[in-house]
Amino acid sequence: MVSILKRSLAIITILIIGYWLAVAMSHIPFGQDKMLVGQYYLNHVKDQTGAVNAVTAIVVNYRGFDTLGEVTVLFIASTGVGALLWKRKRERTARVPGSVVLTTGTRFLFPFIVLFGAYIFIHGHLTPGGGFPGGATIATGFLLLYMAFTVYEIPHKGFEVTEGLVGMSYVAVGLIGLLIGSYFLYDWIWQTWHVGTVGKLFSGGFIPIIYILIGLKVGTELSGIIDNMLKEGVSGND
Amino acid sequence: MIEISAYYFGAIALIMIGLYAVLVKKNLLKMLVGLSIMETGVNLLLISIGYINGKSAPILSEGVGPKGAVDPIPQALVLTAIVIGVATTAMALSAAIILYEKYGTLNIEEIRRLRG
Repeated sequence: MVSILKRSLAIITILIIGYWLAVAMSHIPFGQDKMLVGQYYLNHVKDQTGAVNAVTAIVVNYRGFDTLGEVTVLFIASTGVGALLWKRKRERTARVPGSVVLTTGTRFLFPFIVLFGAYIFIHGHLTPGGGFPGGATIATGFLLLYMAFTVYEIPHKGFEVTEGLVGMSYVAVGLIGLLIGSYFLYDWIWQTWHVGTVGKLFSGGFIPIIYILIGLKVGTELSGIIDNMLKEGVSGND
Repeated sequence: MIEISAYYFGAIALIMIGLYAVLVKKNLLKMLVGLSIMETGVNLLLISIGYINGKSAPILSEGVGPKGAVDPIPQALVLTAIVIGVATTAMALSAAIILYEKYGTLNIEEIRRLRG
């Protein structure tokens, strides 16, 4: 039998790969302090960025350029989904409407889901979370709307405009840093004025601003991906 | 025999399960699910490398000083990797939608045969 042979060959290959992965990992001690640059970030995160959450401080402040690239990757992926699934005429073809429980629950929950997403990305510098999980939470709200109502579509025009504007403002915030300070994505709010007290909502320099922008961008982009995937091309008479 | 931590073992097991699905399964959607499982395994591996015994999450609140937090860098990297993973999975799924529209099947062997 070919399939059994192929399957056992695959299992043997995987076991060899897994064994050597395990051998490699056994040289890395688990649960021991092996921080080099991480300790520097932890020691200086409060006075250098004004944020309490070291992870988001690294993502937005120390590695801000990387995050700009990540947002670009997300934008390219969303554009790619749109381009792959492009048809002249696309409509929602769902026939079965959501049950009473689903529609009522969606109507009730949708504002709270959006509020929770906004909370996550506004408090990115204080609590776990940030722009990416917050935006994904907002997108799940829109996914719920798509599942509950057969005719619902996101307001395309508004979403596209928001997406573009928000992406440009991220670059604009970075360019202001270039003007005031010395380099692109310089934290001009915290480094020049030290606005707010560390640990309160109004602190963290430009981290909340950039995370609000990222949250809006991720939310609109993922909603756009959901919209693209749920619609089907119809053979219209055009 | 080698000794590794349970977290490393779980992460490597997830990677192996995902690799098995990618190598053996014939349905394109199942292969994509396998890719996602592999991705989860890699993320878990990175996070567990950064863990330090007895230390808390890298959020410097009351009682958690710079000496009492785990390595924040792997967590920041994984935050990036998760988002990129979602985006690439969406791309791959839309490619699968197109393949299904064109060939009427998601079986990779049949798709290969139809292409000739």
